[in-house]
Amino acid sequence: MSKLHVSTTVNGDAVEYLCDPRETLLDCLRDKLNLTGAKEGCGTGDCGACSVTVDGRLVCSCLMLGVEAEGKQIATVEGIAEGDVLHPLQQKMIEYAALQCGICTPGILVAAKSLLEKNPNPTEEETRYWLAGNLCRCTGYDKIIRAVMDTAAELREAS
Amino acid sequence: MVEVHLWSGLRSLTGGQQVVEVKAKTTGELLRALVHAHPQLQAPIDAGVSIAIDGRVIATGLTEPIPEGSEVYLMQRLRGG
Amino acid sequence: MALDDRKSDFTFVGTRPNRPDGLDKVTGRAKFGADISAPGMLHGAVLRSPHAHARIVKIDTSKAEAHKDVKAVVTRADFAEVPFKPGLEGEFWNVLENVMAGEKALYDGHAVAAIAASSALAARDALKLIEVEYDVLSHVTDVDKAMAPDAPVIREGAADYSVPEGMHPNVVRYHESGHGDVEAGFSEADLVTEDSFVTEATHQGYIEPHACLGMLGNDGKGELWCTTQGHWIAQKTCAALLGIETSQLRVTASEIGGGFGGKTTVFIEPVALALSRKANRPVKIVMTRSEVFRATGPTSSASMDIKIGMKKDGTITAAQGVFRLQGGAFPGAPGDMTAMCAFAPYNLTNVKQIGYDVMSNRPKQAAYRAPGAPMGAFAVESVIDELCNKLGLDPVDVRLKNAAHEGTKASYGPTYERIGLVETLEAAKAHPHYTAPLKPGQGRGISCGFWFNHGGETSVSLALSEDGSAQLMVGTPDIGGSRASMALMAAEVLGIPYENIRVTVADTASLGYNDVSHGSRVTYASGLATIKAAKHAVERLCERAATKWGIPTDAVKWEDGCAVPSGPNAGDFDPMPLADITADMGSTGGPISGHFEATPEGAGVSFGTHIVDAEVDPETGKTCVTRYTVIQDAGKAIHPTYVEGQYQGGAAQGIGWALNEEYVYGEDGRLQNSIFLDYRIPVASDLPMIDTVIVEVPNPGHPFGVRGVGETGIVPPLAAIANAVSNAAGVRMKQLPMSPPRILAALKGNG
Repeated sequence: MSKLHVSTTVNGDAVEYLCDPRETLLDCLRDKLNLTGAKEGCGTGDCGACSVTVDGRLVCSCLMLGVEAEGKQIATVEGIAEGDVLHPLQQKMIEYAALQCGICTPGILVAAKSLLEKNPNPTEEETRYWLAGNLCRCTGYDKIIRAVMDTAAELREAS
Repeated sequence: MVEVHLWSGLRSLTGGQQVVEVKAKTTGELLRALVHAHPQLQAPIDAGVSIAIDGRVIATGLTEPIPEGSEVYLMQRLRGG
Repeated sequence: MALDDRKSDFTFVGTRPNRPDGLDKVTGRAKFGADISAPGMLHGAVLRSPHAHARIVKIDTSKAEAHKDVKAVVTRADFAEVPFKPGLEGEFWNVLENVMAGEKALYDGHAVAAIAASSALAARDALKLIEVEYDVLSHVTDVDKAMAPDAPVIREGAADYSVPEGMHPNVVRYHESGHGDVEAGFSEADLVTEDSFVTEATHQGYIEPHACLGMLGNDGKGELWCTTQGHWIAQKTCAALLGIETSQLRVTASEIGGGFGGKTTVFIEPVALALSRKANRPVKIVMTRSEVFRATGPTSSASMDIKIGMKKDGTITAAQGVFRLQGGAFPGAPGDMTAMCAFAPYNLTNVKQIGYDVMSNRPKQAAYRAPGAPMGAFAVESVIDELCNKLGLDPVDVRLKNAAHEGTKASYGPTYERIGLVETLEAAKAHPHYTAPLKPGQGRGISCGFWFNHGGETSVSLALSEDGSAQLMVGTPDIGGSRASMALMAAEVLGIPYENIRVTVADTASLGYNDVSHGSRVTYASGLATIKAAKHAVERLCERAATKWGIPTDAVKWEDGCAVPSGPNAGDFDPMPLADITADMGSTGGPISGHFEATPEGAGVSFGTHIVDAEVDPETGKTCVTRYTVIQDAGKAIHPTYVEGQYQGGAAQGIGWALNEEYVYGEDGRLQNSIFLDYRIPVASDLPMIDTVIVEVPNPGHPFGVRGVGETGIVPPLAAIANAVSNAAGVRMKQLPMSPPRILAALKGNG
């Protein structure tokens, strides 16, 4: 099967790749652009480990085809920190020990950042429902929820 | 002499005995002495056993000393997740 | 200096610093199993049986081999001959037979052939070109049916010495233990309750699927990168299955995206190496989620009968349990562990326990956090709860009355050393949760739980740098923050800042053998080894200081990161900091390192008590856990935040097991729910915050008092939740998971 040429933007950088029409955006990010931060936990959109944003909208990159990225703005976990300065969410995730194995962490960070951009003052329930698409098997979510809500509080104070 | 308490499932291999007395100063000697006394115990030992000395479970070690008068239990080898 | 005195005042241990690998893991740069590639790499894919039980008549790979994108095809013939032995004695054979089917496919999803091709898509497409002729056999997936006289035989000769005569060949191991006279005990009781319980198989559910990259030449030398709880066991097993020397295979553990026991063995690793050997190129294999569910280790399912006698004052007079565990098409279901752990929290005069290991046409069970213990606790603690209800007794008081303590003869035989069960129960009783009012429709449950913990073979090496920093190499993959606890323990001994210690999970070529990260052993055993390796380095440091000062070595001691004279008679010298000694170590005797290799044998058992509130919706049968408190003895919490994390994670997995998760097999023997949509693990909106209380009753077998904490936390939840739900619903729940349909059926059955 012949491959298709795709031009897109990832974390602000213009990129190009050739992909099979069956390959997912996740495959393209990981295998063609070497951005392995997004993980494949299920391939069916159930675990959220592959979360990215496309034109600002939170998606499972395993459910989107690589060719659909044409002309879009993609943001991944690799783009969350600014230079050597971690995003407050990243800092709080470390401080709260909100990760044990760390495989779900990239997806949680992308999803949580998306939440705080839409809702700077989420309740615990809102935070839990927003992150319900991101599976974590290690932590029981307790420390993740606390880290996200504390980040929200800190960002509100700073603004 | 050391009194070795077996788990009751092993009685069929020792002619009904659940406590076997052997001479041993270490865990390795103890296993050899058990097989010497009851050759059929080779099978469970090959399958994996642990030894509890005064309540401390020795998972695999064959060189652990067995103090005089200590309580000794043979246990199935522990496996973790 | 005294090396084995147990420490109780700490500078670093017990603090909560950021983990050393935090930055890597929040920026996406940490390399997990699937995050690696190699020049010239091929992609592997595995063909799996669609049948639960079938004789493999013929495999025709010619069409696949002829395809231009396909570089290698392997079947069982491409692996070494490994001797078959009964029970667990022939574990290499069992693993090989699971990794690649021999004469029969034994479960839905069993690997029968594999392909390496130029791309992942090409490999997947080419699987369709392999033609397998099956002779389909009758199958069995239920544990009780697998023991029945008319059950299909999975494999003759798999039973070991322990199985009594006359049992079905699917019963492959048998355990019986206990003490006293249970019949006499039952006759002394005021009330005897007898009941049967069932739990379904659940999966460890790690979010990272199995992934590996293998390279093997026909010179027998190879490299393997894989996500694993133990790269030495992967090395040893792959070498045996491929017929190469262990030392010629170097294995590097990737960062690991969860394991919980499920990554303590190999699945695709030997297959990638066999394909690589044939194609003479590196081969990467990554499992799909569906493959993970169908072909990697779920836990055992269980069917159990419990009988307990109690006096009116709550004293247990006798306890008896029969535990039948199904472990898939291979020996290994932990019926023995279930039996030994089930009554371990209690001081019993009369106790008897029987465990069966039963084979069926399901995937080979793998360890899952305290393997075997949660099911037994569910059954036993449910009956104790029922007795408390019937006799009108407080469930914590009854457990306190019967609780095991130092000097109690354990249900599995030996006498307990110092243990912390009573402390967890007293903490439960004093916790505000225990007396908080319940709303209508809510119920409260409590349960105790026990797990042995493990030591295991351990090698650790610590090297000091000229600038006074330290590199610590351990061999136990970091699943939950263990780099942090290792660095804390090394800092404690060396007296240098936590941040100055770099902890690396070394590959198999860099250290001696290390047992798997399992059995809650890492903080205990690698921690003990780290402490001893650091003390070994400190001895060297003291020697150098002594030489510099011109005094005997035994006149020098180590304090707060400095060599100091051991007393006023030793001489009057200023403290010499570590960095002053290492600065010129190259010219004062050479590099300074410490190391430790041993099999620590003092893991120390541990106990926990959980309190759960649950609310049951009588119309839908849906259960909501509204409050959860974990109380557990950690011995000594090295990094308390990560200890809390283990407690919370165990509780969350227990909630999934109790309420939702199960392997569902169809009449055709095929797994019906092999994706996360259908096998639903708890999500953030399902759970409350999980409160924790860390009890510290030091383990006499560890220099800092550590007991393992990883596994015990999953033992009480099934029972605690079942007790809460039963109390809320007013009907005893005897089958897990307590899914809405089962709760509705129970409510209906109760009128």
